Amino acid sequence: MLAAIGVSSTDELFGCIPEGVRLKRALDLPGPEPEPALVRHFAGLGGLNTYSNYLSFLGGGAYDHFIPSVVDYLSSRGEFVSPYTPYQPEVSQGTLQAIFEFQTLICQLTGMDIANASLYEGATGAAEAVLMAQRLKNRPKVLVARTLHPEYRSVIRTYIRNLGVRMEEVPYDEKGGLDKDALARMLDSETGAVILQSPNYFGVCEDVRAVADLAHGRQALLAVVVAEALSLGILEAPGKLGADIVTGEAQSFGIPLSFGGPYLGFMACMKDFVRQLPGRIAGQTTDVDGNRGFVLTLATREQHIRREKATSNICTNQALCALRATMFLESLGKDGLRDMAWLNVQKAGYALDVLTRVPGIRRKFAGPHFNEFVIELPKPWASVEKALKDVGILAGLGLGESYPELANCGLVCVTDKHMKEDIDRLAGSLQEVVR
Amino acid sequence: MIRKMREPLAFEISSHGKRAVRMPELDVPEKKDIFGGLPVRKEIDGFPELSEVEVTRHFTRLSQTNYCVDLGIYPLGSCTMKYNPKVNEKMASLPAFTGAHPNAPQDVVQGSLRVLKQTEDLLCEIAGMDAFSLQPAAGAHGELMGMMLIRAALEDREDPRKYVLIPDSAHGTNPSSAHICGYTVKEIKSNEDGTIDLEGLAAAMNEDVAALMVTNPNTLGVFESDICRIADIVHSKGGFLYMDGANMNALTGIVRPGDMGVDVLHLNLHKTFSTPHGGGGPGSGPVGVKKALAPYLPVPVIGEKEGKLFLDSGRPKTIGRVRSFYGNFLVILRALAYILNLGPEGVREIAETAVLNANYIRKSLEGEFHLKYAAPTLHECVFSDKFQKEFGVSNLDIAKRLIDYGLHPPTMSFPLIVHGALMIEPTETESKRDLDLFIDAMKAIAREAREDPETLHAAPHDTYVRRLDETAAARNPVLKWEKK
Repeated sequence: MLAAIGVSSTDELFGCIPEGVRLKRALDLPGPEPEPALVRHFAGLGGLNTYSNYLSFLGGGAYDHFIPSVVDYLSSRGEFVSPYTPYQPEVSQGTLQAIFEFQTLICQLTGMDIANASLYEGATGAAEAVLMAQRLKNRPKVLVARTLHPEYRSVIRTYIRNLGVRMEEVPYDEKGGLDKDALARMLDSETGAVILQSPNYFGVCEDVRAVADLAHGRQALLAVVVAEALSLGILEAPGKLGADIVTGEAQSFGIPLSFGGPYLGFMACMKDFVRQLPGRIAGQTTDVDGNRGFVLTLATREQHIRREKATSNICTNQALCALRATMFLESLGKDGLRDMAWLNVQKAGYALDVLTRVPGIRRKFAGPHFNEFVIELPKPWASVEKALKDVGILAGLGLGESYPELANCGLVCVTDKHMKEDIDRLAGSLQEVVR
Repeated sequence: MIRKMREPLAFEISSHGKRAVRMPELDVPEKKDIFGGLPVRKEIDGFPELSEVEVTRHFTRLSQTNYCVDLGIYPLGSCTMKYNPKVNEKMASLPAFTGAHPNAPQDVVQGSLRVLKQTEDLLCEIAGMDAFSLQPAAGAHGELMGMMLIRAALEDREDPRKYVLIPDSAHGTNPSSAHICGYTVKEIKSNEDGTIDLEGLAAAMNEDVAALMVTNPNTLGVFESDICRIADIVHSKGGFLYMDGANMNALTGIVRPGDMGVDVLHLNLHKTFSTPHGGGGPGSGPVGVKKALAPYLPVPVIGEKEGKLFLDSGRPKTIGRVRSFYGNFLVILRALAYILNLGPEGVREIAETAVLNANYIRKSLEGEFHLKYAAPTLHECVFSDKFQKEFGVSNLDIAKRLIDYGLHPPTMSFPLIVHGALMIEPTETESKRDLDLFIDAMKAIAREAREDPETLHAAPHDTYVRRLDETAAARNPVLKWEKK
């Protein structure tokens, strides 16, 4: 090959790089570790993770649900794992049709007209919703529920910092839902959007319809953030309740916890807003023989055409995660998804009952829950959390760091993977510790 | 690839009552009216109902209509579609890593934190930077974060500035990312070599300019040989040099961005570090910085105290969070496995072999296809369809005809400064045999363009679908299936 090129060494091919900046030494890296050594290395690192030794009730934006075997099996096919973005549709129909099915499933779940092919994850999804509302309304203020996931709020703050948008937080009421009286006071003609999470960070299901009516009354948009997508299997679709944008995190649909990523952001909106929707979109068309096929479409929103005028800078998204979600949803199907959602609601309901029967423990918020709820202890959560950890239980997520007024409170998440005896064990241990 | 039978949408093969997986019976007493009157849905209209066999066949059939790296060369310029070693997939599927909850107490996820920390350290060494954040989920996300860091540093000096300079050869995400960060983009014209014009840069650079975003080697595969002078020009006016590391595959172990004056860069783990592209993601776009910018990195950063790793969010100058949790963890883990497997020599061989392969293709196709820029190229080469245009054949025709030969086309939409571009990046994982298959096909197509252009216009001929009407798709968007 060198002879064909007409050089005597590969080094000559780098002649365009000035001698002065070249690295004159070998990189200081470990390895090489051949495959058997590599496997040992990662087995060792994995051994440092002791999470699986615990009975865990952690949620708060990442949820441990059952994943059907077909999802892992099918999504690991090289034909799905190793292609690029489907820019050559003639040899990418598998990926494109799966995206089209994903968009359809998201529309069915959210009750919206149009969904994109995915976003990075829930928090950037919420930030993109704020930017989208800003493009549509061009008003300087956005009202964000204080019960939106604290990390999502933080990401919104980072994103809008340089864009002249002001973010104000709407407090929660005694039931743990958005304080609608406060919202009514804070809404004004400068407000472009209201960002509401439901079920919210406290696990409380919001009255989406009432919030939509308030927002629309001041010509503001309502973006509903769904961080626990499984709730869409049983709660009414936000699109049917007045939401203008629905975005969120679909990790619950067949994506493992994986220490926080890769996850699956999604976004859906009403038809009129399609030109402002960020991210890739697949559409149906026909080929020269009249056969149905799918392509990436509406690219004039995107940066490779519009450059700095694009609706978003997102390019690479979470395609393989969206494919997993599509497989997950099609495996569970209409009844299965509802059944799984129902298991979550019921088991969490049982947990709420038995935990609040422990003397000294009370339910903090009376609002209806999906699979998470907040309990209040007679002493700081952190001390109880530690004592329970010592007996092999991760009882939930302390709220004091993000909500100083809730230092005695914790967020408990119960999913389809918990059995009755797990919940009873939590209640029993809590009784020992709180006493 | 040769599949002909049409595969319906899942919704079209759905039948009432089917499902691939059943949930167990409820093992706790059932409660009524849990939602306190909030509206509950009866059923999801149109939602699919399939058996496990149907799900398996549906996706297996769909998969067979995809081209992929596991099948052959995927020479998309600027995309670095290299083979993805399978051991990395296996390491990323270890239950100790897939099962770890991101909200877990930090002492029970030390293994995951160690993966992140080790990857940060290795990337610092490879790129010559002082600190890395692994949080960005993709290259464009990294660009945005990098520009935010620059803005934060300038604001700290009470001098936020207004403009960002970007060469006309840059990828579209660069201007888009700068714009979201509140900057106005000024385009810098390339000179006749396709590189940055120093005089033009010096004229455009002033104390209102926050940064120059440069891709090096650029989208032509040409190394910006004046990179140190470029850095000096930018720094002399108090600006920052941002490097888009999309083309880092040309440089690993040869030269480090940090040694040539770069203040901030992002890498694409799904390019240079072999994590699979997944049909469009997930990727990972870590951002590396020099010391001066480190205080602004997004939270949390990983700290180490007495041998224990921890997530540090108490950083007063941080730009804040750029996403939830800590990045696309399993993608990062694959990249770590890749680097450890290669070691220092292997990492250098990435660039050596990638550049060798690209130059072999360039030399072999020179004369058959027009090369607009004569400058030496590194990991990719950009031809155009100028010769074939004489016969009415475009780069699109050439690309579609390659599909008939069983190969994936090169990039056509970039760079904008080459009209009718054919941007070819073979990567280091292609053998001479695979390169020759591609070269022979390209030569055969060049001959067909002269002798039988009609065959090219009608290509591809033998695919699951043939050329699709993209105009109709955009004009009359059908973006989901609807129940009839």
